[in-house]
Amino acid sequence: MCLAVPARLIDCRGTKATADLHGNRVEISTMLIPPCKPGDWVLLHAGFAIQTLDEQEAQETWAVIKDLRTTGGKP
Amino acid sequence: MSAVILPHTEGQTAKSLRRLTIAAKALSRPVKFMEVCGTHTMSAFRCGLHSLMPRNVTLLSGPGCPVCVTSQGDIDQLIELAKDRDVTLCTYGDMLRVVGSEGSLEQCRAEGADVRVVYSSLDAVKLAAENPHREVVFAAVGFETTTPASAAAVIEANRLGLENFSILASHKLIIPAMRALLESKDVRVDGFLCPGHVAVIIGAAVFQPIVEKYHSPCVIAGFEGPQIVAALARLTELVVEGRAGLENLYSQAVTEEGNLAAQAIIKEVFTPADWQWRGLGKLKSSGLTLRSAYAKYDARTRFNLGSPTGRENPGCRCGDVITGRATPIDCKLFATACTPVRALGPCMVSSEGTCQAWFKYHHVRTPKKVEAGS
Repeated sequence: MCLAVPARLIDCRGTKATADLHGNRVEISTMLIPPCKPGDWVLLHAGFAIQTLDEQEAQETWAVIKDLRTTGGKP
Repeated sequence: MSAVILPHTEGQTAKSLRRLTIAAKALSRPVKFMEVCGTHTMSAFRCGLHSLMPRNVTLLSGPGCPVCVTSQGDIDQLIELAKDRDVTLCTYGDMLRVVGSEGSLEQCRAEGADVRVVYSSLDAVKLAAENPHREVVFAAVGFETTTPASAAAVIEANRLGLENFSILASHKLIIPAMRALLESKDVRVDGFLCPGHVAVIIGAAVFQPIVEKYHSPCVIAGFEGPQIVAALARLTELVVEGRAGLENLYSQAVTEEGNLAAQAIIKEVFTPADWQWRGLGKLKSSGLTLRSAYAKYDARTRFNLGSPTGRENPGCRCGDVITGRATPIDCKLFATACTPVRALGPCMVSSEGTCQAWFKYHHVRTPKKVEAGS
């Protein structure tokens, strides 16, 4: 339940935003993080961004998730 | 507290495994570490980590799966709401199949109850706003990672002036559970693999008193196999050094102080309360209840539910499993009467539950049997 995944912000509107989750677009709340802008990476949990992330760190996490997929695990 | 760079590459994983093995050889006695997060449980099993561990290092699963630690009484109240109170009950998918004293929310839904799975707590608020003549209740379950979302839902409902929205709060705090385990006489834990995403919210420094008071090493880690291996290597090295330290291996997301905005809305909406846990009993100030300013959003009051009681399946050992007193194979129901398809206990229902993890992955190589109570 406490799983959170990196997401990239596409559009920011006050404390709401549209985020890209590796191709999936979801509406999220950004009320828990400092003001953000499109292109920023966040850690997303249950519709809420809970932390801002460095892009390189976010990409590395997705790389590990992708690696798990190719080695038979489910992300 | 020190922060360490996260190992992600294959080479670094191998190096962490080597460090773990070398440190394990220097141990003067077998050690048991405990993770207290369902996502750690699943990730460790999925990666086959247990089969790679040195024989004298064991990783136990603790009370970190929110579904698993929710008491039978709390589950019964959710079912009562869905079944008998004619409400729209919104829940995260994890809770749907958990069996209460009589049936599950999934069974209630099959019998006609209005049970909806939501991705976000705000989806439940939206549903209430769109259906002003229908009572909507959100099942607010989870640890500190999930609590801000419930607080935000209450604040949003209040802002919109909704009269038909409430929550059934069963939120729990991880630190009181860790304290209870360390004070328990029948479970020995030599260190904790601390939950990364809970720590994003509460901050790394919150674990420091565990280190100081109980002399128990704590290492905060992310959720991928390489991160867990690195954390176990550090925990083992700390034991060898005889040092109870706090280390943060998830420093790209976890700060010393945590997410202050999230902590602020939790504090605004909730206040600590004594709470009943499966396997641990009633722990002082271990859960959260709504503050009086938001009491009208409390489903227990609104629907006069009273105190939860609940009757557990006498054969189910989930309570022992989530406290490290037993492993799933010690339970007579495991993989016989209780399977993921027809689960009797929450640890088999939950996709983060220890029993389901064992059922799915332990056939590759059965992890070492843990001596209960040692």
